[in-house]
Amino acid sequence: MNEERRKQLAKAANEVRKGILTEVYSAQSGHPGGSLSIADVMTYLYQEELRVDVKDPRWEDRDRLVLSKGHVCPALYAALAQKGFFPWEELKTFRKVGSRLQGHPDLNKAPGVDFTAGSLGQGVSAAAGMALAGKITGKDYRVYAILGDGELQEGEVWESAMFSAHYKLDNLCYIIDNNGLQIDGNIRDVCSPYPIDEKFAAFGFEVITIDGHDFEQIEEAVQKAKTVKGKPTAIIAKTVKGKGVSFMEGKAAWHGAAPNEEQYETAMGDLAKIEEVL
Amino acid sequence: MADMVKKATRESYGEALAKLAAINDKVIVFDADLAGATKTGTFKKACPERFFDCGIAEANMMVAAAGASTCGLIPFASTFAMFAAGRAFEQVRNSIGYPHLNVKIGATHAGVSVGEDGATHQCNEDIALMRTIPGMTIINPADDVEAQAAVLAAAQYEGPVYLRFGRLAAPVFNSPDYKFQMGKGVTLREGSDLTIIATGILVYEAMMAAEALAVEGISARVINIHTIKPLDKELVVEAAKETGVLVTAEEHSVIGGLGAAVAEAIGEECPVPVVRVGIKDSFGHSGKGAELLKEYGLCRENIAAEAKRALTLKR
Repeated sequence: MNEERRKQLAKAANEVRKGILTEVYSAQSGHPGGSLSIADVMTYLYQEELRVDVKDPRWEDRDRLVLSKGHVCPALYAALAQKGFFPWEELKTFRKVGSRLQGHPDLNKAPGVDFTAGSLGQGVSAAAGMALAGKITGKDYRVYAILGDGELQEGEVWESAMFSAHYKLDNLCYIIDNNGLQIDGNIRDVCSPYPIDEKFAAFGFEVITIDGHDFEQIEEAVQKAKTVKGKPTAIIAKTVKGKGVSFMEGKAAWHGAAPNEEQYETAMGDLAKIEEVL
Repeated sequence: MADMVKKATRESYGEALAKLAAINDKVIVFDADLAGATKTGTFKKACPERFFDCGIAEANMMVAAAGASTCGLIPFASTFAMFAAGRAFEQVRNSIGYPHLNVKIGATHAGVSVGEDGATHQCNEDIALMRTIPGMTIINPADDVEAQAAVLAAAQYEGPVYLRFGRLAAPVFNSPDYKFQMGKGVTLREGSDLTIIATGILVYEAMMAAEALAVEGISARVINIHTIKPLDKELVVEAAKETGVLVTAEEHSVIGGLGAAVAEAIGEECPVPVVRVGIKDSFGHSGKGAELLKEYGLCRENIAAEAKRALTLKR
């Protein structure tokens, strides 16, 4: 990846982060921590990889993205708005009465949302069903499922992993946002899902571990997954919860809390500084 | 009557799916390691390339079906009622019901007539659970003819459908030219003293009860409600108005099932006494299916007895 593209992606991701803060601040509700940790992966997918059509969000040949950790939909909505699925201004309606941007993604409301998710563990199963459907109908679309590391505690994730490997769904790619924190604290202390890589390998996945904030590594992993035959891929993206906002980084408390006005200004200031350097 | 053909509606499910295999290439079938029992094996034989065993993992099966449905396929997700409506309730609620996806849930082995497996496998709560999901269609067919027609109709209909089937062979009383209409109750017998509203395998028992009552000079109307949701409210309210008292009969808990749906419907429009024949808020136990139906009062004798009691409540 050349430096120019890397910078463009970093700028785009920074805008997505501004969108996330705008959403959560406007709603005074939502989940900034995990939204910020997945922002780089989300930006890469929508800006560089996903075959989608903003004019035809339900195009049957499109690539699908299922946000299994649906509570981080501020990142998804910002990436969708940036792509052009709906106006950026609409982000301010997040979680409000009448909004298409529900507290967890709703496929019947927001254009570009491929599956209604948020009850953890279910999105991955839906992604598997979509990938299987692609095999049955002979279509060449790919399906991405973004899940949380805490979400790996849900039994359904492993039911689904078994199914995806059994049916050799090589058109399916899991991306695990491994920020290490969940509501009650460090995932190691709550109920450890580690070793995540060995678990997915044992379930029959190709496993790739990357720095989830390094676009070059994100690209390499996503492109490599496309060449894997006969099995699904799990990309374990090591990330920082709250990434980009000084006082949110690495803090479980920012899993599901909204910033007040002062905190919002500080956070936007942090992002402005990042932009200056780019 | 002695040589009446009997067939379990789960058999009908498998046969109808096999028919669908030939006429609708969008149909796919999922099962959770019970293909021999749910009879989806019949579909597998006819169309192995569109049959997918999900293993003993009902939660994943339901949501994988939901995902596949968003790609234009019509998945029939099949397992016992206990695991379809019970174990996977939240998956059905959030990933099928809420997005209103085109998934058909084939739930077999409903009710106490499952028999020997006992209470853990006898689901008497599934109708109640499914009724609480907005937009869910619930069909509980009475015999082979109706069950097969219901499966074909469900495939034609766009939206989530819960199809309930039984393990025990039940008399086939509908004629081969029976026309199934989703959401419409069927008046099987006219009557003026009371109305028996039945569903599933108790429809035939209700007709037999009405015959017995006729001998005693009691004129009982019999209505078959195969579609419990949306309920044919018009037909039920009309029966309440015209006959003044209702008896409901179902192989399901009296809490939340057909009896509850009927009572709720007429309570708002034409309140009359409703006597509910069903499982009286208890669990089942092991035994032969037919024996258990009798023990729990899910039979013509008890329906007739309850009908006579209902008449004493009539204002």
